[in-house]
Amino acid sequence: MDLQTLTYIVVGATFALYIGIAFWSRASSTGEFYVAGTGVHPIANGMATAADWMSAASFISMAGLIAFLGYDASVYLMGWTGGYVLLALLLAPYLRKFGKFTVPEFIGDRFYSKGARLVAVICLIVASITYVIGQMKGVGVAFGRFLEVPFEIGVLVGMGIVFIYAVMGGMKGITYTQIAQYCVLIFAYTVPAIFIALNLTGNPIPQLGLGGSMADGVALLDKLDMVVTDLGFAAYTAQKGTTLNIFLLTLSLMIGTAGLPHVIVRFFTVPKVADARISAGWALVFIAILYTTAPAVGAMARLNLMDTIQTGEVGAADGNLIYEERPEWFKNWETTGLLAFEDKNGDGRIQYYNDKNEEFAAKAASFGWKGNEMVKVDRDIMVLANPEIAKLPNWVIALVAAGGLAAALSTAAGLLLAISSAISHDVIKGMIAPGISEKKELLASRLAMAGAIAVAGYLGMNPPGFAAQVVALAFGLAASSIFPALMMGIFNKKMNREGAIVGMLTGLSTTLIYIFWFKGWFFFPGTEMAANTPDNWFMGISPEAFGAVGALLNFIAATIVSKITAAPPEHIQHLVEDIRVPKGAAAAVDH
Amino acid sequence: MSEQRSRQDYWKANLRLMAFCLSIWFVVSYLFGIILVDQLNAISVGGYRLGFWFAQQGSIYVFVVLIFFYAYRMNKLDRQFDVHED
Repeated sequence: MDLQTLTYIVVGATFALYIGIAFWSRASSTGEFYVAGTGVHPIANGMATAADWMSAASFISMAGLIAFLGYDASVYLMGWTGGYVLLALLLAPYLRKFGKFTVPEFIGDRFYSKGARLVAVICLIVASITYVIGQMKGVGVAFGRFLEVPFEIGVLVGMGIVFIYAVMGGMKGITYTQIAQYCVLIFAYTVPAIFIALNLTGNPIPQLGLGGSMADGVALLDKLDMVVTDLGFAAYTAQKGTTLNIFLLTLSLMIGTAGLPHVIVRFFTVPKVADARISAGWALVFIAILYTTAPAVGAMARLNLMDTIQTGEVGAADGNLIYEERPEWFKNWETTGLLAFEDKNGDGRIQYYNDKNEEFAAKAASFGWKGNEMVKVDRDIMVLANPEIAKLPNWVIALVAAGGLAAALSTAAGLLLAISSAISHDVIKGMIAPGISEKKELLASRLAMAGAIAVAGYLGMNPPGFAAQVVALAFGLAASSIFPALMMGIFNKKMNREGAIVGMLTGLSTTLIYIFWFKGWFFFPGTEMAANTPDNWFMGISPEAFGAVGALLNFIAATIVSKITAAPPEHIQHLVEDIRVPKGAAAAVDH
Repeated sequence: MSEQRSRQDYWKANLRLMAFCLSIWFVVSYLFGIILVDQLNAISVGGYRLGFWFAQQGSIYVFVVLIFFYAYRMNKLDRQFDVHED
């Protein structure tokens, strides 16, 4: 059977599964629509959270990012996992005890203020929409590359699938499809990783293989350091960024992760406070399976790529691969434009090296090399081409397609739910029409979901120029506004309305201004105030890493303002005391 | 009043446990994985340099263990102070 047919069958089967789950798990109340009736087992919720969290970018792009950044990519590995420790210890159990439906609802109730709730709704919608654009794009790209379907059709099919299970089942439908999607994506990720580790190091466990040795007895990472530095690239395991920036970027990603509403709300779905704690542990177990495999995939794929091209000694006349003799996968990915070669010195061989390194470029010139000839090496190739490089059977390639789609769809659905519940529960029920019946609210939430899917699909097909910047924006917003507000709401009994609002606005505005300063106002090209280079950054802090600073400013502003304004009313202080103890959580649901 | 008192003690015990867990969280990621990474890279464990291992593997394993440890200890505290559910 040819690859195309096989891919259609595997992807079609997974889609049929998701739709089947949708029919089985329809939502019949707002409680089921928003928080799956708080009946999700903690391990099941852990799995759903992992799928919710791991996006198209985690599945397709992260290993490639690690392959090219080496040690410096550790910020993503630590940042996107360490946030779960904060979530489990500082937020999830208390927010579960509070026992309502959305994150803005907690902020509104705790700070007895519709204004605070509105600020939280705006942060949530901006962060989630920017994030969901990437997922919709991911769906279109996955369809395009594996099924040769036009990008727009791919996005439309993805929208249709999400529509079926998210509109019908809300959080309940999303939860059970996310569990299925987790199984698909983790299987699709680990199978090629196991084979590539086995090929290179003889160890089937990628996490051990990365610390293993090659057939010649040299440690894989030492070999990789050698191979890349021989060609003028920076050593793989060496630190390239400044310590302060790496520190703050890791911290920003951690508190941003803990503050992302679509992740937090997953912990509203478990039956008890104790379940929320343990469920965060399970979520991290399921995430860690992929996140500890990715560094192995990245390092091994990089080594494979370098060794494929640099077949012999650097500088020797026959040390480089003859272009006509390039392997089949190389040709396949050239046709997609992810790999591109240009024979600059006309010798018919491929020279792949760092021509930006002046010292090495001079040396390269003495070999007769006239510049790096791999003019395009897309990072995504490290995961997408892996099964072909490792010569795995076609069904594994088909599985990678289904895995990429599962990762994108599961994250999209979680984000869409966060957006639609903010609209139907926080804006419509909370502000515009408080007297709305449950039946009408359920209808409103389904309509909000359908609307959110349409907007996300439209933006996925017509991505605004800033789509690539979303990571900085979404994490910056979550880190500088939502996370501190939630934390102070739980840990500082005296934190009042005035303090929380001023704090959120301070964190939000400083972070946004810092991002816009270097990336253009609202990301319009040409409006940046200074070039986005380390020399211009304040103390060498990149815009992506500023969220932690924004959070600190939020804490400081909120504390000062709360000290000089009236303390929160008695019943709010009782509310805080109440969410700090697990007892009575079941009752809190019936509000 | 005594219930009030016991709840305060429960909260203090929780904060102590949190501080302990978060200090380990800080040490394995920020200290071992970032600040001291060069010094630790002088030590090799198998084919890994220790600092690099903490940054790309070790810290994540410790994070997982930390959450389960915290959950386990909190369940015990919940019962000890009689604030557990059901």
